[in-house]
Amino acid sequence: MTYIPISPHERDEMLKTVGVQTLDDLFEAIPQKHRFPELNLPPALSEMEAADLLGEMASSNENVREHMISFLGAGAYNHYIPSVIDHMLRRGEFYTAYTPYQPEISQGTLQAIFEFQALMSALTGMEVSNASHYDGATATAEALNLAYAQFRGKRKKVVLSPAVNPQYREVIRTYSQGLGVENVGDSASDSALSPEALLPLIDESTMLVVLQFPDFFGRIYDYTKIIEAAHAQGALVCVVANPTALIMLKTPGAMGADMVVGEAQPFGIPLWYGGPYLGFFTTKKSYVHKMAGRLVGETIDSRGQRSYVLTLTAREQHIKRERASSNICTNQGLLALACSIYMSALGQNGLRQVANLCYQKAHYAANELNKLAGFKVHFTEAFFHEFTLECPKPAHEVNQYLLENGIFGGYDLGQNYTALKNHLLIAVTEMNSKADIDALVAALKEM
Amino acid sequence: MATIVEPTIFELSAPGRRGVTMPASDVPETALPPQDLLRSELPLPELAEVDVVRHYMRLSKFNYNVDAGFYPLGSCTMKYNPKINEDTCRLPGFLYTHPLQPIETVQGNLVLMYEMQEWLKEISGFAGVTLQPAAGAQGEFSGVLMMRAYHKMRGDEKRIKMLIPDAAHGTNPASVGMLGMSVVTIPSDERGNVDLKALSAACDDTVVGMMLTNPNTLGMFDEHVEKVIELVHGCGGLMYGDGANLNALLGIVRPGDLGFDVMHFNLHKTFSVPHGGGGPGCGPVGVGPKLVDFLPAPLVGIIEEESEDVPPLYGFVTPKHSIGRMKAFHGHFGGGLVRAYTYIAMHGPDGLKDIAQYAVLNANYLQARLRDTYHIPFDRICMHEFVMEGQFEGSPIRALDISKRLMDYNFHPPTNYFPLIVHEALMIEPTETENKDTLDRFVEALIKIAEEAKTQPELLQNAPNDTLFGRMDEVKAARELVLCCWLPEDYEKIK
Repeated sequence: MTYIPISPHERDEMLKTVGVQTLDDLFEAIPQKHRFPELNLPPALSEMEAADLLGEMASSNENVREHMISFLGAGAYNHYIPSVIDHMLRRGEFYTAYTPYQPEISQGTLQAIFEFQALMSALTGMEVSNASHYDGATATAEALNLAYAQFRGKRKKVVLSPAVNPQYREVIRTYSQGLGVENVGDSASDSALSPEALLPLIDESTMLVVLQFPDFFGRIYDYTKIIEAAHAQGALVCVVANPTALIMLKTPGAMGADMVVGEAQPFGIPLWYGGPYLGFFTTKKSYVHKMAGRLVGETIDSRGQRSYVLTLTAREQHIKRERASSNICTNQGLLALACSIYMSALGQNGLRQVANLCYQKAHYAANELNKLAGFKVHFTEAFFHEFTLECPKPAHEVNQYLLENGIFGGYDLGQNYTALKNHLLIAVTEMNSKADIDALVAALKEM
Repeated sequence: MATIVEPTIFELSAPGRRGVTMPASDVPETALPPQDLLRSELPLPELAEVDVVRHYMRLSKFNYNVDAGFYPLGSCTMKYNPKINEDTCRLPGFLYTHPLQPIETVQGNLVLMYEMQEWLKEISGFAGVTLQPAAGAQGEFSGVLMMRAYHKMRGDEKRIKMLIPDAAHGTNPASVGMLGMSVVTIPSDERGNVDLKALSAACDDTVVGMMLTNPNTLGMFDEHVEKVIELVHGCGGLMYGDGANLNALLGIVRPGDLGFDVMHFNLHKTFSVPHGGGGPGCGPVGVGPKLVDFLPAPLVGIIEEESEDVPPLYGFVTPKHSIGRMKAFHGHFGGGLVRAYTYIAMHGPDGLKDIAQYAVLNANYLQARLRDTYHIPFDRICMHEFVMEGQFEGSPIRALDISKRLMDYNFHPPTNYFPLIVHEALMIEPTETENKDTLDRFVEALIKIAEEAKTQPELLQNAPNDTLFGRMDEVKAARELVLCCWLPEDYEKIK
């Protein structure tokens, strides 16, 4: 199959205009020894054959809609995606456009991003949002870059709560390896520590404190006091937040956080085996010049019409090059649109229903599981839609047993926390019916 | 007060309107958390579904896009996005698999990823490929991290300088800046190649390596590329290839064969993943033998070989000296890898070579037809793109004016003011998916605009004239910094 719309006759005419005989003549600058390699790739497929091949690959997976009951979360959540979202995303006007460098003919994308910024600010309780990051983990790493720039590299300590998603902490370490930054706070094996345990680590050399809300174990804390303590030392605080939880809970913005970041996949983006997802980054207006990523601002055009442009581009790589606050260029434009449509289509009312269903079902599941002999909800703190379940045997054995019963049990916390090897992180969303939950409880009762 | 063309989603909101509703709860009710853990307000819009659809439909009509017309944005490879890719990436087996599922239940995904790694290795001539990076810039950052880790592992800690040509994309120096390394800029010579004299002088034992875009951003294949690589390797440095322009090289030459040590792919340029109005992209990285042990983790590998009737088991592996994880989970699987896999599978080896050949033919055809009207500072056979000057002697017209006027002719403008080494640069990349008629119409429009520049310059300076929106006041945007249509104190007004 080819998508090249040029006939052999037209090709020959064009070659003549260029002044060469054959297509191959265009490549004389390429070292001859390496020119035109034979590529050992499968022969080309027609569209029909490709559709079949990909169909077979996809259907060889067990998926969480058609085959399995799933209680997996830990950073990616199975939520209902209203039909209207994909109908809009499939419009070529949105998905086949580039980054809106020419605002006169890109107002659709620009206004959509502007609205995304506003929606995320409203959700997190912060003043400004950028146009997105690759995912929640890289958005968190960019918080470190902001803090580093804020203190001009003079403060080098980052206090990481052990209850921040382990993959996010790995990414922070990858990103910061050239900066001479010291990441502390998450080496303690005792993950049951409350956030107050981080307080002694926060001092005058601390540039950033990173917390998660609800935390990786599902727990909800009001971080106001720890944020005040960090501010007393001059440090910045970044809270990694779950957007579904923010529909119901006190915002990190209201707790005083300097940055609220996270993964917006729960808002209208499919699980897609891990990506692409949508990192969000919100902060206070005073940090906007240090923030990475694209930013859309309101203005007027030459005809006096309200319109939107990419603004503060002087922070960005194509202007500032090695002194840019980040190298980010392409972000997650189309998925920011998906997120905005999700929030708009559900609106206040629908979003509250989603959050309430998650909360109710998770608590029903926790209550029922807590009644089983040998099982116990591990923490006593309030939680939202994810909780830690202590099991009578290693979590991977429990999961293997559940898998044989058509259930993805939960995230095995023992992979990251040695003290929690018998513990599962169970996520429950509106997609889990009472029957699903009862099936999990029944299976574990039988185990 | 500005005229409002389309209200914001907040302005369209009316209290009590209902959009998509969710089912009633089917479980016994649990009390909510204590009041002090709850939020008091949720200042989000209230709309019916039809309001939402009409809003986004209206917005969509404000966008220029590849489905509607020619988008010769240099360096961005705005090729046609095949529709079948939109179907394959939405197959339920891809959409609804959780990234933490047991590997036995996602072998379809893992085979796809494994084959994608193998195919990209074959296309580029590299020894290893990671699919993890989210976009080209993150791929670059991964590459620079690996270069740094390689020297560090060898105890060669004094290497802190990255050599970068003056024509490079801004992401190159920015990626280096994120690691606290310093950038040494290498000038281009009069044929648009790396200046070998300047390069020799810069090559010493403090060099981490060089980041070279080849074809470069002038659209020129560096005629001395092997010499450049030899010089960099000679001083102990590593060679980074910016794969943004790989579209011109498919089946033509493999960067790994030329001696590059590491290169990122832009699946959203070369392999037709749509740009989505600014992402998501997908930026896998290929590496030569020196760097395979440093690749980001995890990679997809065969963890149990096949036997008689049992296919191999695919799973995740971590390279020995991995620089770590670049993002959560495994890369832009659904929206990136599945689309690119579909595209490569449908092209095969000959189809890929056709892509490069026709991309280069189209660029040279435009260059040949525009040569007499616009000054082309580096004028030789180009690759997939070329750069011309958007200015005329004795005329106040600038590249920006020409770009804006092109909108009146219903074309997306080329990239302007890049690369930085050409005055009033207009960087034109037609891609292989444009037919001759479109190219001819584009040439005619540019020739007409060149005439207008002499006879009616104000027509260009005021352009665009025939679009829905005119030129934007960018200074006002930066000065007033209105970044949000909702602020806590405004909410009462909106309600």
